Amino acid sequence: MDINDVRGLGSVFALIAFMGIIWWAYGSSRKQRFKDDGDIPFRDNTEMPADDDKDRSK
Amino acid sequence: MSTAFDHPEYNYKVVRQFAIMTVVWGVVGMAVGVLIAAQLAWPQLNFDTPWFSFGRLRPLHTNAVIFAFGGCALFATSYYIVQRTCRTRLFSDTLASFTFWGWQAVIVAAAITLPMGLTSTKEYAELEWPIDILVTLVWVSYVINFLGTLAIRKESHIYVANWFFAAFMIMIAILYVGNNLAVPVSLTKSYSVWAGTVDAMIQWWWGHNAVGFFLTAGFLGIMYYFVPKQAGRPVYSYRLSIVHFWALISIYVWAGAHHLHYSALPDWAQTSGMVMSLILLAPSWGGMINGMMTLSGAWHKLRTDPILRFLVVSLSFYGMSTFEGPMMSIKTVNALSHNTDWTIGHVHSGALGWVAMVSIGALYHLIPIMFGRKAGQMYSIGLINVHFWLATIGTVLYIAAMWVNGIMQGLMWRAVNEDGSLTYSFVESVEASHGGYVVRVLGGAFFLTGMLIMLFNVFMTTREAKKEAAVAAHA
Repeated sequence: MDINDVRGLGSVFALIAFMGIIWWAYGSSRKQRFKDDGDIPFRDNTEMPADDDKDRSK
Repeated sequence: MSTAFDHPEYNYKVVRQFAIMTVVWGVVGMAVGVLIAAQLAWPQLNFDTPWFSFGRLRPLHTNAVIFAFGGCALFATSYYIVQRTCRTRLFSDTLASFTFWGWQAVIVAAAITLPMGLTSTKEYAELEWPIDILVTLVWVSYVINFLGTLAIRKESHIYVANWFFAAFMIMIAILYVGNNLAVPVSLTKSYSVWAGTVDAMIQWWWGHNAVGFFLTAGFLGIMYYFVPKQAGRPVYSYRLSIVHFWALISIYVWAGAHHLHYSALPDWAQTSGMVMSLILLAPSWGGMINGMMTLSGAWHKLRTDPILRFLVVSLSFYGMSTFEGPMMSIKTVNALSHNTDWTIGHVHSGALGWVAMVSIGALYHLIPIMFGRKAGQMYSIGLINVHFWLATIGTVLYIAAMWVNGIMQGLMWRAVNEDGSLTYSFVESVEASHGGYVVRVLGGAFFLTGMLIMLFNVFMTTREAKKEAAVAAHA
């Protein structure tokens, strides 16, 4: 086994890792969870008196 | 000026400082840009002094707009976003303050040493070794402060904007130190530890990832927070943003070799750089579409909101330049475009159209909040609109002039007569470029005028806010 086999395995590993990320992101059991995570910028309401979140239309 | 506007929980002081300096350095850096553009059209503008020569002012311009303007924008927005999305104060106020004053010291040192001709000659890494050490200290403090804030967060999930910021600052630390490793021979002179082709590859490993991580990942962090905030709706697909993040950061690091096509770099390395650059189109457009589609159902807001217009048009320029980039990395296209003005046009479609416009949009949202007002409540919304049109027209003039010049230069350089001799001498191509150089000065002047209007608008906003605060304190 020479260095090029290691390089090849590296590519295969990267591909598997990337497929894993897609599976994790698009798995149906995590759908609601990621939808909620997308709301994080709007969750913070401890603004100064003049708030910027008032006119949020959802 | 600050105490009246201090937030009970968050450190807004450092955000306010960096936000104001973003506008100031933007004006300075772009003014130098317009000057050197004018020098290329009218060379006598160097006044026969070494300090005003193009070779010294060009790195001053690039350092000022990338690291002073862009850097301050990234510090301001990342410190703001990490606090708001983690719902916690910054890990350390002392480190925050050190990053602000340290970064300003770096900028001033650059503004003094570069016109003096003190340079390590590496593109986008010209600063000599004592300044490099200060940059590294500031940067490490920044990384500790940012990651420390993530560690003490009150929100269980780390919002995607912070992933982009974290990747940007970690990668820049590695690349900056790697590329700048040098042996000092005096206080103002050092020699790189890298040599020959390896030096070139290390240089563009840094150079292209200054684009990929400093000017892209960091500003995508801005996009993922401020586009949803300004549009008033969450990002189109949070799940796409996860895939976008991992795809972008794992591919960008391999693309730098396309800067060295047809050089002494081994052919396989050039080709792999080209292939990786082509693949990069997918995550780039994935992110662009994710930002754009955030507006679906809210497109009407573009009619009335010039801040949102800045953010959305910046994404259009991002999409355009990330299509152009992979195309230019194809070796046959590169044979025409290499060393021509096309490259400069491409850079500015990204730098003016994407980086500057997304920053400007974010700042118009952010600066009023820093002075106790509602998001986007600037002194004059009309002036934001004027700024938007100046910036858009200026960018289009700039890049169109450089496309014409670049393709013309490429064609003139490769034209040969039947007997094999060159049809044109180099100076003929320079002469033919004059018209394009004048149009570029005009485009740059449009963009700079917009920044001056922004500076005025920011100044008036702070003045109004201070008056309001004084009245409120009195009542």
